Parts: sequence; structure tokens; C-alpha cells
Amino acid sequence: MEFKTFVFYFLAVIMVFAALRVITARNPVHAALFLVLTFFNAGGIWLLLQAEFLAITLVMVYVGAVMVLFLFVVMMLDINLDRIREGFWSYLPVGALVGILMLVEMAMVLGGSYFGLEAMPAPPPAGESFSNTRELGRVLYTDYVYPFELASLVLLVAMVAAVTLTLRKRKGIKSIPASEQVAVKREGRVELVKMQAEKED
Amino acid sequence: MESMLQPVADFFGPAWPAVWTLAKIVAIIAPLMICVAYLTLAERKVIGYMQVRIGPNRVGPKGLLQPIADGVKLLLKEIIVPSSSNKGLFILGPILAIAPSLAAWAVVPFDDGLVLANVNAGLLFLLAITSLEVYGVIVAGWASNSKYPFLGSMRAAAQMVSYEVSMGFALICVLLISASLNLSDIVISQGTGMFADMGLGFLSWNWLPLLPMFVVYLISGIAETNRAPFDVVEGEAEVVAGHMVEYSGMAFALFFLAEYANMILVSILTSVLFLGGWLSPVGFLPDGFHWLAIKTAAILFIFLWARATFPRFRYDQIMRLGWKVFIPVTLVWVFVVAVWMMSPLSIWS
Repeated sequence: MEFKTFVFYFLAVIMVFAALRVITARNPVHAALFLVLTFFNAGGIWLLLQAEFLAITLVMVYVGAVMVLFLFVVMMLDINLDRIREGFWSYLPVGALVGILMLVEMAMVLGGSYFGLEAMPAPPPAGESFSNTRELGRVLYTDYVYPFELASLVLLVAMVAAVTLTLRKRKGIKSIPASEQVAVKREGRVELVKMQAEKED
Repeated sequence: MESMLQPVADFFGPAWPAVWTLAKIVAIIAPLMICVAYLTLAERKVIGYMQVRIGPNRVGPKGLLQPIADGVKLLLKEIIVPSSSNKGLFILGPILAIAPSLAAWAVVPFDDGLVLANVNAGLLFLLAITSLEVYGVIVAGWASNSKYPFLGSMRAAAQMVSYEVSMGFALICVLLISASLNLSDIVISQGTGMFADMGLGFLSWNWLPLLPMFVVYLISGIAETNRAPFDVVEGEAEVVAGHMVEYSGMAFALFFLAEYANMILVSILTSVLFLGGWLSPVGFLPDGFHWLAIKTAAILFIFLWARATFPRFRYDQIMRLGWKVFIPVTLVWVFVVAVWMMSPLSIWS
């Protein structure tokens, strides 16, 4: 077996195992950490495909930022798994239907004539000086610049919306603007008073 | 070198690349661990002198064997696993803390061509690996199942994610002007320019045109490593020692090692990205690893100096500095650098 194939199966086995544990783990924090492991191995597999930019961005964005905040929330919640699982059997038919639908769709896309192995042969291996990052940037900012800018605008709108939804002006809080704190001088806080010495006789 | 190693390579046969890489890893990690050990001594000595004390002076000549004594003490201590902790994750916490801080050294260039993995996406790799450092703290804090560690890990999660953003923007400026993600190329690109041709290399390094980014990166680096004055994660007066409360012996030592290894990493990266790496500051002196070592040591001294000088930030002040000061500054500077590069005044061609 070629070394690369070995690495692929090594990463893939861990990834599938971790992905299964995400949905079977009883503890939500364990599930979130298994999701981190899944992302990490997916990044490794992308690296094997010479997509180093996507692989590292996956680790950086999803593992380094999104999952940290996810864990942050999950850790603070006191989740009772038994209560969540109460409605399991009544939801099962709908869930199974959606699952089967997605499976069929994926099979049609991957196995069909559009994305099959015949229609999309593997690209020739890139040379030493090939930079995936440069190539991706060039395509993103020339050929696909409008969709790219549109997507970023949608994200910006979502961000502003999220901030406006959660923003509330609270009354009666005691915070002081930092500029006022910095501007404090000794004269404003301390007053020396001259007074006669008190003498006891 | 190659011909000298040929008999050894023949002996190992097909396993030789793995063995050779392993040897190189040891050659990086072993000196690093010694540096970490003596950095703890240097910290106590420097802070001692700044506070008009002598610092540790009992073990060995001038206290020079103190780190070894500390290490032996920590090795011999019992590791206590709290009974109501989550045992698997409790053990995993320190491992997750130390692993990324060692893995990041794979792409650090020590001299021209002297780097373990000269990858094209070195800077991205560093960003990704350093963003994993927070997991050790979070997992340790949660698995301890105790109030103070949990509060500490919550603080760590918020603080490290916040400062990563400004750090990332500072790095974007660097890679804009050097047009490369390869750390060796970034150093080499700093050796060219008007001042470098005049023999004043230190004026053409990135710190001068990117001065605000240099400051932001350095301060964010201190915040990322949870060092004073940003050490609310382990603030001993508030949350005792944060995520490390329940740890003892070598498990505690791993957090300690990770923290100091990260300090050295941030210092060496600041030297590589902004201070010209192994390049000599003036034309008539030869380049070499010693320049990188001197620059790194100088920045490490700033770390210790800051700890001895500043009182701890309040938590909301840390968040304000990160989000309301650094991120706007870096955003504006990214834009300024991008326009500068495209204008006729560009100094990078």
C-alpha cells in the first residue's frame, strides 16, 4: 500500500469514528470535542488533496474559533439528555425521511453522470512551485468577484442583524467610559486641607 | 554533511526519512525545553532585580541549578486526579496545551534554509496551530469540575479568540507586503530595500513601515499567552490559578512548559515577521542564527519587564482593548497598507 493511501485511511477511519461519536456521545461536551477531532481529520484529508489553504482555514476557522465559542456555550448549559431524547420516537419518521432524501440526493450527485469519476477525472498532480493559496485568491478575486462580494455582504448583514437583535441599553449600570478613567488627575480626587494642629493640654 | 550521513542512512534503509525528521525534531525540542527551564529562572531573576531583590540564589552557583531542582520536584510529585472530575479529559487537558505549542515550531526558520518544514503556507499553519492552544485551557477548566478552573477557562476562551483576530490582521499586513506565506521568504524579503542597500538593514525590516502592527502584534502576543498584565485567566487574586487549580506534579508542569514555550514562540515569531529574523541589522556584520537569538531574547525581556511593571488589567478593559482599539486600528492599517502598495509611493516592488 502506498504511504499516501495509508495516511488517507488512517485519517478517514478516525474521522468516521469521531463523526459517529458526535451523534452518539451522551455528554454534549464530549460530542463537541469529537466534532473538533472530525474537523481536524477532514483538514488532514484536504491536505492530502493539495488543498492546503482550505485545510488550514478549516482548522483555523472551525476548530480555532467556531468550536471554541460552541464549547463555551455547551459548557455553560446544564443539558439533560434524557429530556431531549423524550420525543425521539415521534420525530423518527420525519428524521428518517429527511435522512433518506439526503442520501438519495448525494448518491445521485456523486454517482450520476455529472460528478462521477468519468466526468471529473483527478487533476494532474501540481508541481513543486504550485501555490494553492495564490491560485484560489486569483480565481476568487477575478472570475468570481461578484458572487464573492455578495456573499460577504450577506454575512455582514447577518452580523449586523445579530448585533441589533441582542443589543439592549441597560439603565443603571455603573460602568465608566475608559477615556474618563484615563483622564483622571490627582487634583480631581485628592484635596489637601490645611488645618490647625489640635493640641491637648 | 550528506556524505557523512550516508552510512547511517543506508543502515536505516527506507525508514531513514522518518528517523532523520525525528532527529531534527529532537534537535529543536531539546534546546527549546532547556530554554524554557532557564526562562523561568531568568524571569525570577529579572523580576527580582527589578524589585531590588536577588532572586533565587541557593541551588547551585548563583542559583543556576534552580530550574533543574524545580523540574525534579515536579516530576516526583504525585498527580492527583479529583474524584468528581472527568478523568479522560482531565488528563487530556495538559496534553492539548503542550502539543500545539511544540507543533508550531515545525515551520519556524532559524537561519537561511535551517527549518524543519519549509512549507509555502507556513504562516497559515502557524495561525491554525496557535488557535488550537486555547483547547488545553478550556478542556482542563471544564474537566476539573470546579468553580475557579471553570471561570478561568471561560475567560481564556473569550480572551484568546478576541486577540487572535487582531493578531491575524497584523499578519495579513505582513503577508501583503512580503507577498508570501512562507516564513523564510518573509525574512528574505525584509533584507531588500533602500536602507538595506545603504547598509542599514534594520531600517528596512517590517517593524518600521508596519509600526502600529508591530505594537499590536506584540501586545496581542502577550495577551494570547495569558501573561501579565493580561493574566486574568490564572489571576491568583481572583480565580486562584484558573484552569490549573486542580492540577499537580507533572500535569501542572505541562501547562507551565506550554506557557513558556508559547512565550518563546511569540517572541521568535515577532523577530521573524517584524525584526528581520536571522538578518544582521547592519551591512558589515554577517547574518546568522545569533541575530535571531538576540532579537528573541530582547523581546522575551519585554515580556518579563511588562510583568514586573504593569498591574493586571480588569477583564472588561481587556475586552475593550481587543475589540474597540486593536481591531479598528488593524482594519484601518490593512487598508492603508493595501492602498500604499498600489500607489506610486510604494516601497515594495
